[in-house]
Amino acid sequence: MLTAILAIGVLAAAFGVLLGYASVRFRVESDPIVDQIDALLPQTQCGQCGYAGCRPYAEAIAAGEADINQCPPGGEATIQALADLLGVDPKPLNAEHGEHGEKKVAFIHEELCIGCTLCIQACPVDAILGAAKQMHTVIAEECTGCELCVPPCPVDCIEMVPVKTDISTWKWPYPEATDEHRLVANG
Amino acid sequence: MVRLLDKPVRIPGGLHLDAHKRESLRQPLQEAPLPELLTVPLSQHIGAPAEALVKPGDRVGKGQPIARASGYVSAPVHAPTSGTVTDVGDFPVPHPSGLSAPCVRIRADGEDRWFEEPAGIDNPFSLDPAVIRHRVRAAGIVGLGGAGFPTSVKLNPGPERRVELLVINAAECEPYISCDEALMCARPLEVIQGIRIVAHALQAEQVVIGIEDNMPDAMRCLQKALDACGDGSIRMVPVPTLYPAGGEKQLIYALTGEEVPSQGLPIDIGVVCHNVGTVAAVYRAVVAGEPLISRVVTVSGGGVGDPRNLEVRIGTPIETLIEVCGGYTPEVDRLLMGGPMMGFSLLSDGLPVIKTTNCLLATSVEETPPPQPALPCIRCGKCTEVCPARLLPQQLYWYARARDFDKVQDYSLFDCIECGCCAHVCPSHIPLVQYYRYAKTEIWDMERQRRKSDLARRRHEFRLERLEREKRELEARRAKAKKALDRPKVGNADAKKAEIEAALARVKARKAGAGGAPDRSRPEQESD
Repeated sequence: MLTAILAIGVLAAAFGVLLGYASVRFRVESDPIVDQIDALLPQTQCGQCGYAGCRPYAEAIAAGEADINQCPPGGEATIQALADLLGVDPKPLNAEHGEHGEKKVAFIHEELCIGCTLCIQACPVDAILGAAKQMHTVIAEECTGCELCVPPCPVDCIEMVPVKTDISTWKWPYPEATDEHRLVANG
Repeated sequence: MVRLLDKPVRIPGGLHLDAHKRESLRQPLQEAPLPELLTVPLSQHIGAPAEALVKPGDRVGKGQPIARASGYVSAPVHAPTSGTVTDVGDFPVPHPSGLSAPCVRIRADGEDRWFEEPAGIDNPFSLDPAVIRHRVRAAGIVGLGGAGFPTSVKLNPGPERRVELLVINAAECEPYISCDEALMCARPLEVIQGIRIVAHALQAEQVVIGIEDNMPDAMRCLQKALDACGDGSIRMVPVPTLYPAGGEKQLIYALTGEEVPSQGLPIDIGVVCHNVGTVAAVYRAVVAGEPLISRVVTVSGGGVGDPRNLEVRIGTPIETLIEVCGGYTPEVDRLLMGGPMMGFSLLSDGLPVIKTTNCLLATSVEETPPPQPALPCIRCGKCTEVCPARLLPQQLYWYARARDFDKVQDYSLFDCIECGCCAHVCPSHIPLVQYYRYAKTEIWDMERQRRKSDLARRRHEFRLERLEREKRELEARRAKAKKALDRPKVGNADAKKAEIEAALARVKARKAGAGGAPDRSRPEQESD
């Protein structure tokens, strides 16, 4: 009887030491949940959620300080994905933070641009090409549509232009009401 | 080790459909008249669109390259006839979206002059496979069976992969479409020689022509051509007529009993499959030096007066062909590009014929009645019985409908060939293929967005690092400058004098070198 208790006790102690050592030796610094949340966010870096970019918002969600429905560019799809990841109920987008609109990119009207670099300093992904007193232009493929460049411009030369769908990005619609002419032969 | 079976096996699922081929085969293959205005899209293939080489006002000759391939999986585009370029811009193209795309518009001058006289080759079998691939690429040849994959890429399995079997797809299984059959009857020698050239380019160990058993005339013509060129290595195997036995993966299974792996390619099991029309185009390109500027198109259906097959220049407006085929009948209802199972509706007959236009169907109301409203799924399972890819269409339907894009991929959504057998038999008239297409494009869009957001994240992180670095560098510079100022103050008079003299010397030197080199005499200052 005593040997049994002693044996279990020794095993428990041994495993305890092993676990303690492992928790120190194999410690991971960043919280993986923050990375997972950040991977679901659209990386627009617009700040509409109230945080200075997507990563701070992800950290706030992980810390329980922010709700999952504060990201307008992500829209419903992101809220649903976050809800699935965190095991909570999805909720509608919080209108205080903005609306989910169509994707837009910034466009600089070059005849108005004065080369002041204020927009370049504002862009969170360095999507604006230019230098002091040189022409500024937005690299449309890199623009996330965050609109942070629009307020700083002293001559109001930046316009947000909707992204056009072309054949390579066109999507089949969800089958609901059928449009007579757009039918495919096999229905 | 893939083996050609003595007797083909029956593909899973499939449907027996009324063939409707005789209507368009009554008359022999004819050349369509040259139109006045041709619209040639820059993207008629899978892969990156070609880039225009011409501008409005340029005069072009027949066969002149008007757009160059952009990247590896791409193909160049050539002028189908001689004339003047009127526009280079966005025009409506045949696509289910009805959207426009970049095109080159040419007004024909009626002379049909070659840009460069095509340079023929006597013995293509002495050419290195790489040279053949290059000629095929330069000729702009893409898969003419309907997919439009750049053929030169499919002639390049790579040095590690052996091509054990070359399958020539002559199993034109969709109803109404008879362009391959017409080609095989009209120009069988070109087809056979094309097959031999492709086999040589691939160094294929075995070659087989998979042909549907309802094409006795075509089989006879091909056999005569095979006998004439004395090539005993090419086998011709008739497969039972069943839709969609002409699907690449289905035909390979029927001939070899082997399945192409899920989301894989036929080369993964040592097989390459080319359409019969594509190999004939390869013959023309390699032996005659002609680029791809025309193709055989079937014009059929109850809505057109005189169905037939025509050799059509790329870019010809569809209305030109309808005219040649007796115009519309009073019963005409819709215009489809492709067949009745996999084709799509066109919004206008002003759209051009492109490299992948195998068939134009003007259908009557009887042939394509308006779709009945969809009823709830009764889980009868008929869709699963007929699926030639051995998928579970019912499950794909439930998950696509619920927008569950992970689960729908678990059920191998991307192995669906969109043949339409499932929707054809559904007793509730559910537009099943529409659900699968919706799911596929949504998933591709999500992947595109994911790639963009990953890139944006990296750019943002890089920017934050850059700002940090600039701040640190600024701090370092300031610290250095401060240190320079904190030099011990000079005390005695001699040292002071020396300093003053040194300063005067610097001023003199600067004056002497005025307008030349910048002043570098001040110590411990970095030039900016």
